[in-house]
Amino acid sequence: MSLLSRPARAALVAGGMGLALVVTGCGSATPGTSTANGGAAADCAPFAQFGKHDGKKVSIYSPIRDVEADLFQQAWAPFEKCTGMKITYEGTGEFEAQIQVRSDGGNPPDLAFFPQPGLLERFARAGKIKSAPAEVKKLAERNWSPDWVKYGTVDGAFYAAPLGASVKSFVWYSPGMFKEKGWSVPTTWDELMKLSETIAAAGIKPWCAGIESGEATGWPATDWIEDVLLRELGPEGYDDWVAHEIPFNDPKVVAAVDKVGAILKNDKFVNGGYGPVKSIATTAFQEGGVPITEGRCALHRQASFYANFWPEGTEVAEDGDVFAFYLPGNDPAEKPVLGAGEFVAAFADRPEVQAVQAYLATGDFANARMKLATYVSANKGVDIANAQNPIDELSIKMLQDPDTVFRFDGSDLMPAAVGAGTFWKGMTDWINGKDTKTVLDFVESSWPTS
Amino acid sequence: MNLDFDLAAEQPKLVQLLLGVVAFCAVVAVLLLALDRAPMRQRARLHAAILLAPALILLAIGLVVPAARTTLLSFMSGDGTAWVGLDNYVWMFTQPEAVTVLRTTLIWVALVPVLVTAVGLLYAVLVDRTRFESLAKSLVFLPMAISFVGAGIIWKFVYAYRPEESDQIGLLNQIVVAFGGTPRQWLLEPPLNTLFLIAVMVWIQAGFATVVLSAAIKGIPAEIVEAARLDGASPVQMFFRVTLPSIRSAVLVVLVTQSIGTLKLFDIVRTMTGGQFDTSVIANEMYNQAFRYGETGKGAALAVFLFVLVTPIVVYQIRQRREAVR
Amino acid sequence: MTTVPSTVTVVRPGAAGAARRVRRSLTSRTASAVAIVIAVLWTTPTFGLFLSSLRPEDQIKGTGWWTFFSAPELTLENYREVLFSTSSSSGQMAGFLINSIVITVPSVLFPLAFAAFAAYALAWVPFRGRNWVYIGIFALQVVPLQMALVPLLSFFSEGVSVFGVQITPAWELEGPARFAQVWFAHTCFALPLGVFLLHNFMSELPGELMEAARVDGATHGVIFRRLVLPLVVPALATFGIFQFLWVWNDLLVGLIFAGGTSETAPMTVRLAQMAGTKGNEWQRLTAGAFVSVTVPLIVFLSMQRYFVRGLLAGSVKG
Repeated sequence: MSLLSRPARAALVAGGMGLALVVTGCGSATPGTSTANGGAAADCAPFAQFGKHDGKKVSIYSPIRDVEADLFQQAWAPFEKCTGMKITYEGTGEFEAQIQVRSDGGNPPDLAFFPQPGLLERFARAGKIKSAPAEVKKLAERNWSPDWVKYGTVDGAFYAAPLGASVKSFVWYSPGMFKEKGWSVPTTWDELMKLSETIAAAGIKPWCAGIESGEATGWPATDWIEDVLLRELGPEGYDDWVAHEIPFNDPKVVAAVDKVGAILKNDKFVNGGYGPVKSIATTAFQEGGVPITEGRCALHRQASFYANFWPEGTEVAEDGDVFAFYLPGNDPAEKPVLGAGEFVAAFADRPEVQAVQAYLATGDFANARMKLATYVSANKGVDIANAQNPIDELSIKMLQDPDTVFRFDGSDLMPAAVGAGTFWKGMTDWINGKDTKTVLDFVESSWPTS
Repeated sequence: MNLDFDLAAEQPKLVQLLLGVVAFCAVVAVLLLALDRAPMRQRARLHAAILLAPALILLAIGLVVPAARTTLLSFMSGDGTAWVGLDNYVWMFTQPEAVTVLRTTLIWVALVPVLVTAVGLLYAVLVDRTRFESLAKSLVFLPMAISFVGAGIIWKFVYAYRPEESDQIGLLNQIVVAFGGTPRQWLLEPPLNTLFLIAVMVWIQAGFATVVLSAAIKGIPAEIVEAARLDGASPVQMFFRVTLPSIRSAVLVVLVTQSIGTLKLFDIVRTMTGGQFDTSVIANEMYNQAFRYGETGKGAALAVFLFVLVTPIVVYQIRQRREAVR
Repeated sequence: MTTVPSTVTVVRPGAAGAARRVRRSLTSRTASAVAIVIAVLWTTPTFGLFLSSLRPEDQIKGTGWWTFFSAPELTLENYREVLFSTSSSSGQMAGFLINSIVITVPSVLFPLAFAAFAAYALAWVPFRGRNWVYIGIFALQVVPLQMALVPLLSFFSEGVSVFGVQITPAWELEGPARFAQVWFAHTCFALPLGVFLLHNFMSELPGELMEAARVDGATHGVIFRRLVLPLVVPALATFGIFQFLWVWNDLLVGLIFAGGTSETAPMTVRLAQMAGTKGNEWQRLTAGAFVSVTVPLIVFLSMQRYFVRGLLAGSVKG
């Protein structure tokens, strides 16, 4: 389970149903036209390059479901129509397990959206997925930064172009509350801690958090650790940690985890609106930040997609009900960004499959998808004017900025036994009372030897 | 909203259903025909073969081959490319995490079958021959009709926690608060949390026990019951001297099926705690290792250990058979 | 409550009988109390869920369902959302309901028949190694379903080949034909328990009956059809119900062998999609859970007489 995929699947909760209604409304109001964004059937010129594939079928398997899945399908509907192919899309809540079963059982889909580069690597090494055709590789290299291309590359061969993305290094807050109390947005870690003290002194528990996420319980806590590690060790040190060149229970890692613990395991600071520290373990991540809107909590560290989880009617803007600031590090000049995304890998190399692969790697697709509803992609072809809210806009700016140091969510890169297993479990135990050293020793000992 | 329901689109499915039912009738007819044609007396073997063939073929494909494959995989590395000997088994019994899983599973197997049978038996005896018997049995059977996922939802609600100062939404904490206690996070504290999960399993399965045992109780010949009554047996004596011995085989059926079901238990733990907080059981860990972590070897080793755990039940069953034959 | 006291008084009148009657009615009162407590304990969580499914979203999340009694407010909105919300990715619930039915009916029929045949053979056709076959089938109950998924899936999609020789072809099923895979899988997985249960009841039929029939020259086919089947109807009904519930509530087998599209996926798959995507959207989950419960409930209630009357025949000997 990736740290992106869960939330991404669950995104649009707040506005979800309303949106679905609107979209259906559009669809039925304009019968005969191909899509909700009003493109007439004649607009097939942009798709000419992908050729004609009349009557061909391409199946896609993905962790993205429900409303978001509908939006994807709407976004590529004109492409389907113009190329004459049919894309069957299947979203699942258990992507990581099911894709393994289906591919082992000899029944894989044509394309799959992998949310974890680590899992992608496993499939590539096992020879299960095809390396991407030259054209897709070219598109990927043009549209994404080398960092992103690297995550779709295994042992020198390029397999999968990125698709969507999210930025994780955000702290959500209420601009109104800050203004009223005279607090200001911190730009260093020390300021952040000082602010927390101030807020606590004012009688509000400053932080709220929730890490419950079904069998993926624990991932929001691992995000916290990764974000702080990225700042403490620097990007190179972070890479070493991800690659297990620094042991999991290294003193530097212990220090970073304790730094997070000063917030997450401090009964003075958490869990605003929910109770003592341990309540973090049972609070659903979707609800983790909601107390901010009730004035019972001031700060919530969560990714850009959290914009979708606020209660209906919450305005996300710099002068609105909620907004987010960059999680500061020790040095205000260094601003590394932690993020995640999914990658399009192919199990088949038929021409129509490769055509879909190529189309999904274009800026056109990302823009078509963005026009429909909130969406972030690191694709450089994305027109920032299409962003649906200020956080999307900010995220895209960060991702497109060539000076940004970007690092992928570490647990998505590690072997699944750790990144989707003991690391999550360990952090849940940690919240539930185990000490840092014990937990990190446990994760270290679970690292696969082979 | 959109209510139009395209019956035409559903038609191929119904045709398929029809095909399925026709195929079923055909298969059964062919088998019975073959059975009638086979000469009686001389060769029981032939009759047995005809009767057993469909079941054995399906079992071979669906279960025997997978079981053999799993056993092989348990001696291989995570990606199934290299032989690693007993490494996976060593891991299972040495890694503290895995040992916790084994311990939790044993707690489950020790408690669930006994509790389910006890509750089911008690209830079946209590409601037997009362005016509300069928209603009463339906109420207890109701959870059986709910999927494990649904049951998980229901009980998450029961155990839900809210901080002291706000309204409780979980029934259990509401009761605790009503008696002046402080709300607790029931699913967080091992080993108590396993007991709370076991309660869910008992809740679901008690209906099975009730229905089976109640039917068995009804099968006790009336003369025996009457005779005991004439002897002035108290209800408790009745239960232990007459009822229980008479329905022994039904009790065993319940115990055996529950033991096996508990060993394979997976959904409840998965939906309620995701195996966190030391609640994970073997089947759950097996699924995680084999499918989520790509450690097929370790998953397979856990599965093989499941086979091994069921051996006592099989041995017991063999003994029973021997006695029955005698 | 019970008829016991009255029978007793008729049989044994007098002072001792009176005393006993008092004690009996006391125990029967305790008995009723215990029964009622169990019934309440068993019903309350479901009732809570049902009430919750009728409450508006913000109330479900904010207050316990029992507050309904002080501030009643009900809505059918949750059900409307679950049943009729249109989502092109997964279609409407009605389509999935049909899929569930199409999956369930043959998945109950096949195991019933095959298990009955096998159980009869193991109980009443004497052949060497009978016990071992039975024990083997019994032991297969423990094979974890999860470990059988991959081999069975490759049996469908690639066929079987040994040393490069294709023994069975790939099934290559498309569209509604994929239901056949699900039936096949469910039948395989149901057989061990089915054979075990039915064998248990069949082997307890009176042996004299069989012997008499055989002496009369009846074939196994005739004995099975005319003699055994009518006697084990209650046992068949019981196993049928449990198999029905299992298939209806199954998620894993449906997910793997039917896929996740509205073409073939059962209702549980759809519910899981909604549940997982929406995280803690209790209002959908509660209503969804109830929708899926209705059909099994109807089936159980209408079949209940078989239960009550039954297994009678099967356990005559006890």
